[in-house]
Amino acid sequence: MVAKFKGRYGSGIEPLTHLGQNYMIVDRSLIPELLQILRNEEEFDYCVDITAVHYPKREKKEFDVVWVLYSFPRNERIRVTAQIAEGESIASSVPIWVTANWLEREVFDMFGIKFDGHPDMKRILLPDGWKGHPLRKDYGILQQDNEWVQINLGIESGQ
Amino acid sequence: MTDPNTLSPLDLDTPDKTFLDANELVINMGPQHPATHGVLRVILRLDGEKVMGLECVIGYLHRGVEKIAEHRTYTMFNPYVDRMDYVAAVSNGLGYCETVEKLLGVEAPPRAQYIRVILTELNRMASHQLWLGTHALDIGAITPLFYTFRDREEILKIFEKYCGARLTTHAFRIGGLQYEAYEGFEKEVRNFVKFVKPKIDEYEELLTTNRIWVERTKGVGTISAKDCIALGVTGPVLRASGVKWDLRKAQPYANYKNFDFDIPIGTNGDTYDRYLVRMAEFRQSLRIIEQAVEGIPEGPVMAKVSKVMKPPVGEVYHSIEAPKGELGYFIVSDGSTQPYRVRVRPPSFVNLQALELMCRGQLVADVIAVIGTLDIVLGEVDR
Repeated sequence: MVAKFKGRYGSGIEPLTHLGQNYMIVDRSLIPELLQILRNEEEFDYCVDITAVHYPKREKKEFDVVWVLYSFPRNERIRVTAQIAEGESIASSVPIWVTANWLEREVFDMFGIKFDGHPDMKRILLPDGWKGHPLRKDYGILQQDNEWVQINLGIESGQ
Repeated sequence: MTDPNTLSPLDLDTPDKTFLDANELVINMGPQHPATHGVLRVILRLDGEKVMGLECVIGYLHRGVEKIAEHRTYTMFNPYVDRMDYVAAVSNGLGYCETVEKLLGVEAPPRAQYIRVILTELNRMASHQLWLGTHALDIGAITPLFYTFRDREEILKIFEKYCGARLTTHAFRIGGLQYEAYEGFEKEVRNFVKFVKPKIDEYEELLTTNRIWVERTKGVGTISAKDCIALGVTGPVLRASGVKWDLRKAQPYANYKNFDFDIPIGTNGDTYDRYLVRMAEFRQSLRIIEQAVEGIPEGPVMAKVSKVMKPPVGEVYHSIEAPKGELGYFIVSDGSTQPYRVRVRPPSFVNLQALELMCRGQLVADVIAVIGTLDIVLGEVDR
């Protein structure tokens, strides 16, 4: 499978294995197409999880967006990682797996990464008016949107 | 291959033929509603008493567990995972410990593995008992709640005797167990198995052929196997739709491959089938416990793990079959004592997304039944 992809996309894909788990780092531009192929041709019919990791120290491409996929017919897992920069968006996979809907909303809520073509791109766990994206590394552990707390909860100190 | 675009729930604006042509009514269920099992708010769009669509509003219990993880060491974060799915704390702990063990490249010794399996299966039963009691209560059957809580107490007593806590147990440590099983542990587990077997028949006697129960659950909240897979739904909900998939068999973890058990499945994917699947899972859990308690080997309960844990740089995804479905942990290590990123893939969060599909075209009272049958825990949905 990996050889086939390598032949088709060349340097856009870097297949790796760590602790017996397969994953590949792919170019951002390949994203909707490659995921579609993984589902339709390679039978990865179950999208387990979509998440992200923030690497502020990395130059330019600060975010990893990670898809964890599973195939029922093959009983196999694979992870796909795409690296994107601050402010960049990435194609939504809701047309490929419906379950991506809430998972992508959570990534947006926590990291501020926008997914193009998502039917309802808004926060899911935090309130709609909240400022900041807590799972970014520059967001402190005690930090919160004091203004929101003052206005909506009526707590003067904002804590 | 199925095409998720053909799913019915996305097509909310074409009204069902059976809808009245009345004005649409929007009402709010929750967040302070006893039948939403925590603080779940559901915005219902109604036509008469039929549900045309709904939206879940979640996040009321958000505590930022994933953020906390980045500021704790691997060991210090261990008790926090118990607070996610607080009715199945042992399963959460098992998933977390195994994931970190994978990163570290250690394996728990056989004796620890057996005790882990026993405690996890006991917890699966406790979780299912809580589900059955509250689900039946929501639908209007009060008695099962008393029966299941009476028997769940016996499981909690074993937990309390083992580790001092009843709910948020923190039973496992990275690399094995903190505590050796107490004197008489095996005997108590055997006695419990003997005690609870007839009790499960008792629950079934109350409900399985009960006319009201059957009327309220058969054909309610139906979901097909295809929709389950497209929506990422796992656990008993997926199995009740006829997919024979359980991570304990598909990708065995701990030492589940040593035990002989079946995966119960349903056919219709409705609330009644999900009930039957979970009842059958009680019996399968008992089978596993019976085999495990006979086979506990002697030996150490803790592998050699250094006190200061510094897993090598890398990332790993590992998942287990929690009572509610696939519980996954994705941990990124940067080689320091604290995890760089911990992502929890909660089964309840993903399963809750199917609520809309399952409720469309049902009556308001059935929404309660469907929330109950999904078996969500809001602590895990919101993290």
